[in-house]
Amino acid sequence: MSATMNVRYLRRRFWNIFNLGMAVAMTLFGLFWLVWILWTTLSYGATALNLELFTGDTPAPGSIGGLRNAFVGSLLMIGMAVLIGTPVGILAGTYLAEFAQGSRLAGVIRFFNDILLSAPSIVIGLFVYAVVVVPMGNFSGLAGALSLAILLLPVVLRTTDEMLGMVPGTMREAALALGAPHWKMIVQVSYRAARSGILTGVLLAVARISGETAPLLFTALSNQFFSTNLDKPIANVPVVIFQFAMSPYPEWQHLAWAGALIAAMAVLVLSLVSRFLIKDRSPR
Amino acid sequence: MDDTRDAELGMWKAAVPSPAVPYRISPARSRHLHAMDRGFRWLTGGLAFLVLLLLVGVALSLFLRGWEAFHHFGFAFFWSDAWDPVTENFGALVPIYGTLVSSLIALLIAVPISFGIALFISELAPEWLRQPVGSAIELLAGIPSIIFGMWGLFVFAPVLGSTEPWLNDHLGALPGIGALFRGPPMGIGMLTAGIILAIMVIPFISAIMRDVFLVVPAMLKESAYGLGATTWEVARHVVLPYTRTAVVGGVFLGLGRALGETMAVTFVIGNAHDLHISLLDAGNSIAAALANEFAEAFSPMYKSALMALGFILFIITFVVLVLAKLMLWRLGQGQGKAGL
Repeated sequence: MSATMNVRYLRRRFWNIFNLGMAVAMTLFGLFWLVWILWTTLSYGATALNLELFTGDTPAPGSIGGLRNAFVGSLLMIGMAVLIGTPVGILAGTYLAEFAQGSRLAGVIRFFNDILLSAPSIVIGLFVYAVVVVPMGNFSGLAGALSLAILLLPVVLRTTDEMLGMVPGTMREAALALGAPHWKMIVQVSYRAARSGILTGVLLAVARISGETAPLLFTALSNQFFSTNLDKPIANVPVVIFQFAMSPYPEWQHLAWAGALIAAMAVLVLSLVSRFLIKDRSPR
Repeated sequence: MDDTRDAELGMWKAAVPSPAVPYRISPARSRHLHAMDRGFRWLTGGLAFLVLLLLVGVALSLFLRGWEAFHHFGFAFFWSDAWDPVTENFGALVPIYGTLVSSLIALLIAVPISFGIALFISELAPEWLRQPVGSAIELLAGIPSIIFGMWGLFVFAPVLGSTEPWLNDHLGALPGIGALFRGPPMGIGMLTAGIILAIMVIPFISAIMRDVFLVVPAMLKESAYGLGATTWEVARHVVLPYTRTAVVGGVFLGLGRALGETMAVTFVIGNAHDLHISLLDAGNSIAAALANEFAEAFSPMYKSALMALGFILFIITFVVLVLAKLMLWRLGQGQGKAGL
């Protein structure tokens, strides 16, 4: 009797240790990929880094060049996307948090906003192709910026909604009690209290769109030359990386790695900064 | 808490038009301020509504642009494996199959790993280690997908390719499932795509699992420990049943990500419009086909067939994501109490 009890106990101990050991192994396994991918990007990218990268434009096969036109194009499109998407996202989030808090409509909009947030970005690109590129008759930087804005919008909306929800009701009461109209209360009290949180949302959203490739493939396309004209196809880092990485030319592949390193760095720095901002305000 | 807030809001609203202290502003100015209030409300409400319009717009525009292909090929579009731009004969079977199979491989790999990571972070790791490990895993989610693709093609595929002869000889010799592992040892194909997708969705699934594991009431766990359960038994018989629905929701969210992932898959799946049983053979996914072919599609029917593929992808991910949201939402509704 006691022998069988003992076996049972040992078996339970064994499975406990085995499974928990597996959990530790799985965590190390997950971290292993992170290190491997970052190391690859760093080692391939660092050898291709030089000043020419920022002063030269994308070269013809076999010659030396840089990614200046792609950086400028990407910055222009991301800037446009932020200009379009941020006000829309903040105002829409304001409606959910300040006017429709707790209503069924707000629940429905939150639900579908989260769906839009996770929708495949390539489908958003197709949508913008259908409603912007086809009527305009050509690929354009504007279409690329619009597709990025649609990807940015749900992130900004959601963080604005959440951050405004954390503003204490007593602050609003104080403003309203002084006779401030509702809109003035929102602009001068709620927004100020939630400012750093909303900014975090915008940063996260920019981090998200700055590495996006799929929606730009058939909206902005790309451009071999330097251009700041948003009516026409425009060079951008992700699509250039894609084209160059898939090419058989070693010079192009080097440039692709350099671009990948810089894109990864930009994204990681943005998300670290926004993480820091969140941490900064969490002990409340 | 929401209810009291709501009641408070109602009180302020009621308080604004009839203050205890009389207004010192003219009726005209008061009307102006109220008009501003209404205007602001309508503006923000309209923009919030835009989110719904966008989703409807995406579905509608893709369906209309894909209508030519749907109409021309009929239901056969879904199970035809043809893909010939020259004779304009298109079918969606190969990309749909590739999308589903690569995502399925991703889940088979990612779910146990994510569970282990979530278990480690929520139950095992000392306090000081939780935050750094969690953040590091989440960093994986921040890496642009095109970098996963380049790493997959240039670094990972050769490594995997060198193990594939072994897979051929050993797993390939098994009856039944052996057919999955017999193929050219090129390192690119469905299996590579699935593995890379797994790495990409691990941070999403493990973050959700960790978050829901942390909401399990300490009292429940402590009662199990008090009865003499081991840590694993608590995880398996208390934490997991309590959070079951949300865990499945998290898995579905990961599935939604994997289905629509484009760049990483495009690099490594091989882009061949042929149906193969073997996971080592090149295949195609909806997203990869779109990324590779759309900008160069020359005929209206070709474009329409690709748009139809996009519509199918949107519908599949939409359904998966709605299910995921519903399951995650139930935990917030006090799920678990009934489940125990």
